[in-house]
Amino acid sequence: MKEQLEKLRQAALEAVQQSEDLQTLENARVRFLGKKGEITSILKQMGGLSPEERPIMGQLANSVRQAVEESIAAAAENLKKKQQEMKLKAETIDVTLPGEKQPEGHRHPLEIVLNEVKDIFIGMGFQIADGPEVEWDYYNFEALNIPEGHPARDTQDTFYITEKMLLRTQTSPVQIRYMEKHKPPIRMIAPGRVFRSDPVDATHSPLFHQIEGLVVDKNITMADLKGNLLTLAKKLYGENTEIRLRPHHFPFTEPSCEIDVSCFRCGGKGCPMCKNEGWIEILGAGMVHPKVLERGGIDPEEYSGFAFGLGVERLAMFRFSVDDMRLYYENDARFLSQF
Amino acid sequence: MDLSRRWLSDYVDISDVSDKEFADKITLSGSKVESYAVEGEDLKNIVVGRILSLEKHPDSDHMWIAKVDVGAVSPLQIVTGAQNLSVGDIVPVALDGSTVHGGKEIRSGNLRGVLSEGMLCSLAELCLTVHDFPYAVEDGIFVLGEDCSRTPGTDIRTAIGLTDTVTEFEITPNRPDCLSILGLARETAVTFGKKMRYPEITYITAGENVRDYLKNVTILAPDKCYRYAGAVVKNVRIGPSPRFIRERLRACGVRPINNIVDITNFVMLEYGQPMHAFDLRYLQGGEVIVRNAAPGERITTLDDTDRALSPEMLVIADTEKPVAVAGIMGGEYSGIMDDTTTIVFESACFNGVSVRKTAKKLGMRTEASGRYEKGLDPNGCLTSLQRALSLVALLDAGDIVDGVIDVYPSPKEQTVIDFCPDWVNNFIGINVSADEQKKILEDLEFKVEDGKIYVPTWRGDVEHKADISEEIARFYGFDKIATRPLSGSATGGFSEAQKFENLIHARLVALGLTEVKTYSFISPKAYDKICLPENASYRNSIVISNPLGEDTSVMRTTALPCMLDVVSRNYNNRNLSESFYELATVYIPQGENELPQEKKTLVLAEYGEGRSFFSLKGKLEAIFAVAGVKEYDVEPLSTAASYHPGRTARITADGKELAVIGEIHPNVLENYDIGAKVWAAQIDFDLLYSLKHTLRLYQPLPKFPSVTRDLAFVCDKTEPVGRLEKLIAAAAGDILEKIELFDVYEGVQVGPLKKSVAFSLTLRAKDRTLTDAEADAAAQNAIRALAEEGAVLRQ
Repeated sequence: MKEQLEKLRQAALEAVQQSEDLQTLENARVRFLGKKGEITSILKQMGGLSPEERPIMGQLANSVRQAVEESIAAAAENLKKKQQEMKLKAETIDVTLPGEKQPEGHRHPLEIVLNEVKDIFIGMGFQIADGPEVEWDYYNFEALNIPEGHPARDTQDTFYITEKMLLRTQTSPVQIRYMEKHKPPIRMIAPGRVFRSDPVDATHSPLFHQIEGLVVDKNITMADLKGNLLTLAKKLYGENTEIRLRPHHFPFTEPSCEIDVSCFRCGGKGCPMCKNEGWIEILGAGMVHPKVLERGGIDPEEYSGFAFGLGVERLAMFRFSVDDMRLYYENDARFLSQF
Repeated sequence: MDLSRRWLSDYVDISDVSDKEFADKITLSGSKVESYAVEGEDLKNIVVGRILSLEKHPDSDHMWIAKVDVGAVSPLQIVTGAQNLSVGDIVPVALDGSTVHGGKEIRSGNLRGVLSEGMLCSLAELCLTVHDFPYAVEDGIFVLGEDCSRTPGTDIRTAIGLTDTVTEFEITPNRPDCLSILGLARETAVTFGKKMRYPEITYITAGENVRDYLKNVTILAPDKCYRYAGAVVKNVRIGPSPRFIRERLRACGVRPINNIVDITNFVMLEYGQPMHAFDLRYLQGGEVIVRNAAPGERITTLDDTDRALSPEMLVIADTEKPVAVAGIMGGEYSGIMDDTTTIVFESACFNGVSVRKTAKKLGMRTEASGRYEKGLDPNGCLTSLQRALSLVALLDAGDIVDGVIDVYPSPKEQTVIDFCPDWVNNFIGINVSADEQKKILEDLEFKVEDGKIYVPTWRGDVEHKADISEEIARFYGFDKIATRPLSGSATGGFSEAQKFENLIHARLVALGLTEVKTYSFISPKAYDKICLPENASYRNSIVISNPLGEDTSVMRTTALPCMLDVVSRNYNNRNLSESFYELATVYIPQGENELPQEKKTLVLAEYGEGRSFFSLKGKLEAIFAVAGVKEYDVEPLSTAASYHPGRTARITADGKELAVIGEIHPNVLENYDIGAKVWAAQIDFDLLYSLKHTLRLYQPLPKFPSVTRDLAFVCDKTEPVGRLEKLIAAAAGDILEKIELFDVYEGVQVGPLKKSVAFSLTLRAKDRTLTDAEADAAAQNAIRALAEEGAVLRQ
């Protein structure tokens, strides 16, 4: 019986070793350790042994069974691992294939820039206002110190609806409308569409977007104007940006100025972007004309303020290096999807 | 406005200021320089030469061999083809290695076997014309006259005065006084701290009296003509102007013509006051009458155009007819001719608005009208006239008759403003002493006396202490004003409506839609293109009275045409499938006395692969979901003209039309040249905002399991599923958590004209586990309810 057991151990271990998949291994287990398995049968024969032999043989038989069991377990583990490895290998995909296309929407580039500006001003405590695009002559001109016959009316070729109704040529009428409804302190920007009778070309459009700004409070001076707009310039173009004020003329501000920022491309050294001047004009601004404050129902002896305006298309042109304004209104998806 | 530095230097000495420094500083004091250029800068190595001898070229019948003294040790030999030369002529010589106008380089070389050590130049090669040197010939060598330096070897630019710097200014419309040499000289003087001189005005008259010639000047429209001054010059001697006039005019971009015309232009540029010279022969009755045009009156202007005048236009007339459109252009006979003997100089001041309107109506803007429009100073008329006369004397261009006629009904008074240096300091945020402020103002020729500022009448733009503050600030220096961050607190932020817009934009982009921006104006034909019926109320639009063209002539009442234009452009640019949206404003007329209602409308459109009615409807539902709008009805709409009658829905909420969604009608697609199906939706954004419910409150997660029941019904093919859904929802009661359509089948198994629709009902109670019996009861209720409407449970 001893030899028999030894032989079985040999045969079992061999069978286990030769099993190349889990099924063969299972067959081997059944063959040796199953209910009718060869080792099991031997164990059943224990009853016929003498009492002296029984414990010895029992021990041997158990050790054989244990060894086979362990070997089967180890082999199973090993085979499972191999099988998984094979499965994983078979599942290999070409990871360089492109991803599945996801729906892709885009904001319009003008809105992207506008949102950036809104964000900056909200951070400085501004409200965002709007006003009608079809406007009264009064708000667009009269109240802004541009009476009938004023030469400034000629520089803004106006689309008229009737003698008194027009398409606003600037966002400045919102200044008056806002002052009529709000009392100082006022801090607001008013972005919106404006219209001028300019034929379409790379730098002109009969419709474009401006952002108006208005600050009215006690003791507001040009120093506040400079400080506020320097902050805007730095937030838009970086901490090292500087501004330069050039005297200019707008009928509704006095003094008036145009504001240049140091060229954000070359840092002021001179490049094609700034036409070698080192400066790029981005804003018109000024102290609100006392007559305009009065029109808005605010006492110019008690309050003062500053106002400014900037062109969104121009900002976007700088931001995205767009060299043709027509692209904004053609809405070609190949253009829009770049932003 | 082009400024000649040479001319400027006649009145203010800026010899220590470079061109660049001049441009930079004058810009920062308020006169913006666009650019500047030095005359003749591209000419190099061209000198004055004297022709010592001329010989025929041995191998050419038209060329000459010239020996030319160019101030060097030995003369140069130059071959030329010009036929206008004689020995002794003084000519421009381009030396070996020189550059003539246009960048052409000149080198020594052989011309038909003869050495030529340079080139003799014509006017064109120096970038000049015969207007600059009237004695020269157009197509030959420029032979220098007595008005040039004639020393051989002298640089040609110096010799002929081609050394000026021309600075181009952008003068703002409030400063017509700066559209003149003297106005800019004044600004220059204050900017650079210099003293300014004025032209000397002296002339001797030749007796007689101006009224012997010009019998009378009458202003019949004093509201349009503030002043009219006239003087007479007889025995006019027409000829070219001397070089100092010609070169100053040239630098300012005005072509020299003859002495009299040049004088009028010279004075206009110098003083900013337009002048006119009439030939007295053509002034019938020898009178000037400034009046409104008579009805039906016409005039042929100097540019040979016959023009109809209307009664609001101001004319200069003689006793019979208009001889000039006041402040704009003279009539055909008003010009100076070679045989003109007696002239009347006009120096007048007209109402700017009137000139502007007339010029606009006649479609003619001239140098003169451009100046008058901005409002000129009537007090300058007489000085300008006298300056013109003193130039007549200087140029010996005629004999000046004694006296001037000066009609000036109500002289312009100076504006007086309180001198408030403290207010100025507080307003600007500076600290400039009263004395310093006074000095700036006095340098600008304001008078400051007893706490009052007397504004010179040429500064019509200064009428308020804020205007004074600008004068102080710009000469004190904008750059010296402190920079102060805004102080005080203020609450900024988006309004409710703005937040809602941001929310919707974000969702639209997340849904894969790309934002477009289109013009607010459209062509009235756009309504035809989208097949709106003739009587549709949407055709009633705000009309622009002076549009750029028909394409942009009415304000849109619907943004659908704009969106279809975008789709068409993209489709035809081979962009295969796209989804777009625009949050557009439309303009609904409210009559002449009210501004139109500006409504916001959200327009969506998509076409191409993966797009369908239901893909767009899904997007619409997602937008309603994010807006928190849950209660709405969808019903078929067969009457929307731009849409497919069987594939369009109207969505209503609260009894109002919230949206229309559908497939664009094939006729409309054809009109827009689109070869693909397009689905579009138009949403009333203002209504959506009013219905919004964006406040979110937490709902506890379910504690008890749900039970599902799948039910399939057979019904008529035409039965809208949406209606069945609503019936089920009503019948199943409170425990119905969700109802989902999962199959629609048409075919043999259900028979013709029928369809099978299958729903999955999710049922749940908040407070207990539902029993099967409860779930079955709910399902049975639904089955019964549908059976009553003819939809039978499919077994």
